[in-house]
Amino acid sequence: MAVPKRRTSKSRRDKRRTHWVLNAPATNPCPKCAKPRLPHRVCPHCGYYKDNQVLEVKES
Amino acid sequence: MRHRKTGRKLGRTAAHRRALKRNLAEAIFRHERVKTTLAKAKEIRPYVEKLITLSRRDTVHARRMFARDIQDRKLIQRVFSEIGPRYQNRPGGYTRVLKLGTRHGDGAEMAIIELVERSPVIEAERST
Repeated sequence: MAVPKRRTSKSRRDKRRTHWVLNAPATNPCPKCAKPRLPHRVCPHCGYYKDNQVLEVKES
Repeated sequence: MRHRKTGRKLGRTAAHRRALKRNLAEAIFRHERVKTTLAKAKEIRPYVEKLITLSRRDTVHARRMFARDIQDRKLIQRVFSEIGPRYQNRPGGYTRVLKLGTRHGDGAEMAIIELVERSPVIEAERST
């Protein structure tokens, strides 16, 4: 069975991990309340989607 | 391979899926707006639209075809007298799916599925 000849060095291990990155989700300002909002979603802050479509009560 | 196989299984058996579709469709006719997962909303949409198309033509045959899926007689009555006529001039697209973002707990994408023209009566009930 094929088996590693050498233990992976810290350097190689860490270099491999340089690509492990998380990106923040893309948000756009809500046209109604200007708070950040995921695209194509109802705004969770003001409950609006498109023009004046009030969609839900916002109390939390 | 699932090449060209349409539809979602939603983690259910065939019978369970059918029951779920019927229950969700019934809820949509009753409340005109329903909050569910995005996958279920998308899955249910063509089914509900077909039922509404049936309800635009008020014949005994159409009612019987409709009753195959929705068995509540009162509800059938209401759909044929209120919802069907409302869409007389709309060539499909009776429902709208709005994305809401993810749910806490399992991160499922949630959505609202609603009839495009809602009855003011039901809307008023909601706000109380």
